[in-house]
Amino acid sequence: MRDSGPHESARGHVTGAALYTDDLLGRFPRLLHAWPVCAPHAHAALLRLDTDAALATPGVCTVLTGADVPGEGNTGANRHDEPMFPLEAMHHQQAVAWVLGETLEAAQRGAALVRAEYEELPPILTIEAAIAADSYLSGPHRMVRGDVSALERSALKFEGELRIGGQEHFYLETQCAIAWLDETGGVSVQCSTQHPAEAQEIAARVLNLPRSQVTVECLRMGGAFGGKEVQSNPWVAVAALGAWKTGRPVRVRLTRKLDMALTGKRHPYLIRYATGFAEDGRMEGLRATLYSDGGWSLDLSEPILWRSMFHCDNAYLLPNVELTGYVCRTHKTSQTAFRGFGGPQGMLAIEEILDQAARRLGMRPEAIRERNFYREGNSTHYGQPVKDASRIQRIWDELKASSSFEARREEIARWNADSPYRKRGIAMTPVKFGVSFTATFFNQAGALVLIFRDGSVQVNHGGTEMGQGLNTKVRRIAAETLGVPLEAIRLMPTNTGKVPNTAPTAASAGTDLNGAAVANACSELRERLREVAAALLDCAAVEVQFEQGRVSAPGKEPLPFGRVCEEAYRRRVSLSAEGYYRTPEIHYDPKTGRGRPFYYFAYGAAVSEVELESFTGDCRVRRVDLLEDVGDSLAEVIDRGQLEGGFVQGLGWLTIEELLWDSHGRLATAGASTYKLPSWSELPEVFKVSFLPRATEPGVIFGSKAVGEPPLMLAISAREAIREAIAAFGSGGPVHLDSPATPERIFFAIRAQQEQGGPA
Amino acid sequence: MKKVHVQLTLNGEPAEFLAEPRQTLLECLRDNLNLTGTKEGCGDGNCGSCSVLLDGQLVTSCLVLGVETDGLRVDTVEGIAKGSTLHPIQKAFIDNAALQCGICTPGFLMATKSLLEHNPNPTEPEIRLWLANNLCRCTGYDKIVRAVMIAAAEMQESAQ
Repeated sequence: MRDSGPHESARGHVTGAALYTDDLLGRFPRLLHAWPVCAPHAHAALLRLDTDAALATPGVCTVLTGADVPGEGNTGANRHDEPMFPLEAMHHQQAVAWVLGETLEAAQRGAALVRAEYEELPPILTIEAAIAADSYLSGPHRMVRGDVSALERSALKFEGELRIGGQEHFYLETQCAIAWLDETGGVSVQCSTQHPAEAQEIAARVLNLPRSQVTVECLRMGGAFGGKEVQSNPWVAVAALGAWKTGRPVRVRLTRKLDMALTGKRHPYLIRYATGFAEDGRMEGLRATLYSDGGWSLDLSEPILWRSMFHCDNAYLLPNVELTGYVCRTHKTSQTAFRGFGGPQGMLAIEEILDQAARRLGMRPEAIRERNFYREGNSTHYGQPVKDASRIQRIWDELKASSSFEARREEIARWNADSPYRKRGIAMTPVKFGVSFTATFFNQAGALVLIFRDGSVQVNHGGTEMGQGLNTKVRRIAAETLGVPLEAIRLMPTNTGKVPNTAPTAASAGTDLNGAAVANACSELRERLREVAAALLDCAAVEVQFEQGRVSAPGKEPLPFGRVCEEAYRRRVSLSAEGYYRTPEIHYDPKTGRGRPFYYFAYGAAVSEVELESFTGDCRVRRVDLLEDVGDSLAEVIDRGQLEGGFVQGLGWLTIEELLWDSHGRLATAGASTYKLPSWSELPEVFKVSFLPRATEPGVIFGSKAVGEPPLMLAISAREAIREAIAAFGSGGPVHLDSPATPERIFFAIRAQQEQGGPA
Repeated sequence: MKKVHVQLTLNGEPAEFLAEPRQTLLECLRDNLNLTGTKEGCGDGNCGSCSVLLDGQLVTSCLVLGVETDGLRVDTVEGIAKGSTLHPIQKAFIDNAALQCGICTPGFLMATKSLLEHNPNPTEPEIRLWLANNLCRCTGYDKIVRAVMIAAAEMQESAQ
């Protein structure tokens, strides 16, 4: 395999030279700072807004309200259900107006002086309350296969409920946008977004401009994880409107506390199910209702719910299944995309159910999992053939062996027998994750590649860099396709003026889509240069080879790539090309719940071992082994980073990260001091990561596979290991454990086990 | 508010700026001096992204006032490399892919620099403990430990 080199921006990262949106402030003279006027209630009617005192404050330039909007004052991406200046506050701290000041401090002082009167209205703050009030943003959505009444005749029947907590993205770079007027009467925006084309659309909508008059650029993001897919739009809209009204550059940057209070998170879920299993552990029927907490507006909640329903099978054949899904409307932030996009919640449900069944049947959890694996020839419950289904078993067997799972399981049982207050647990779970946007039209990408006469190259594409290494992979794809060294390739900031109408960089599909579009453009250019080189080398075009900046043919003196480019220019051959890619063969009909929404599946499995302490519920992750199918890795260092980082982020979601809203709808964990992120103490003591060998994925760029989201769900193994350890405190019977498995929940689950009776 | 004239040694060179008394060192570095390598992650001293050295002490610059640095030495990420030659810590972070989005990286580099000045040959638990004030949301930390261990070994070797 060729080397991809280090992260494309690594040198900038370690020297401080890599620029993020808010690093550009110094380039904007007369810049204004924006600060919101926030509603103090989770649900309230705005009766009156008095800005006189604010406007009289020194340093306050103006206050933005609904009256300033020349177009449509709504930033809702799909349903247009997010008013910029709401007359009804729908979540605690929702912005109802924005103050622009000469300094941030002046804007903050002004915002504190805006007098807003509200009439408090009753808020809906839990999924249960939403169900009781019939408060839904969407649903019911259904996916059905077979005859679910089969479960009534099963040897083992049971019902259950699982509560799954949300998750704050906590991208280290908070939301930020800077907008200014350009000399044509249009607006330019620099912002931290996964979806520049949608930021452009929203700014144009608010200002009533054609999209051609709005240019959006994203240099790079300091993390996003889905939190900047649509949640970056409102800040762009405010900055653009502010610039439009004042004629001056406007910066909107959320502080951490504001970011956590205003932006959406991973959806909390409530899942209720009834299921039936045969005595040998085969699942015979599953009826489940999934309720997601969508918050106040629709956002991406529908496709997120679909993905939960698509992934309720994880890696298992569900012969008879009836899934129903609702998006609940509550008075909270608008919950949104977050790495896995609903998939993790769906998978958590099936892993929960399988474990519950195993402990009722007296089977080992890993045995019941294996019994239910998809096999070659199976289709999913939405009718998609499970391509490469046998990889699930192959990965399982290889990981079981490489992690010494059986031996460690026995060793742990012995250790536990001698340890009354501490218990260890080990568990193994698989992941099958569908890759592609389920909104089929998003599965397209464009690129624009410019070769200069000296042979140096600029690559533009519609994807955005958020640390995931997209540009590192694209650089390799461009370099190898053109036959030039990595250093000859410069990746350009993502700009709507270079590549238009792009999809968000999301769904793990950034490289699949944009990499393929760049390869398409580079191939086109290489073929043009081939003709020129053949003339220079005096050989047949098919004999010309491009490699590492040298253009050669058998028996001929090689030419530098730049020499061929210069000659192409002189012969009036165009040195720039656009590339395009659309994922083939995919389709999905939400009305019937059937189709082939995914181009392929990414597979993996994980083994986790934990140790619990019964007096505090403290949990230590002793060892983690991951095995992931990344196809032919485009960049091993990048993919390793995605695996390790994704696992730890999933571990955070499932064990320590807890969003707590109080009875007034205030987020009680709105800051780094109260919201616990994985830190060094959560890093597994032994962490082994490997890639499945011989796993080329045909039809995907350079045989690679998506790697952004799937590893997050490998962390379910840690949750199941915790359950295994909890069970060891009792007689091994069913363990109820909502998510996240915080020390508090672990403590009470251990108590419940101990009360059931100690180990036999 | 009347501004205060602050004179300090910044990355080894004399420097000065005008600060409002309420401004943090982080704001002064970024807004007044246009040294944007130091990043704000949380603004309340919990994430370590804005770490700098103040007279050789590791501090979170969001919890230090700019005016407090008068007469002191401040070292930031911009001063780690010697011209275009990277410091062994920087090289180790690049070579071991100990960075992804890059926002936490300057803070980690400063914390590592401080660690290796205090303890040139740290054990893995010592590294974990020293860097416990720095949060990273992307990498999962493992590669950062490796990078610090390799940087320490290389610096030890070149010091001999």
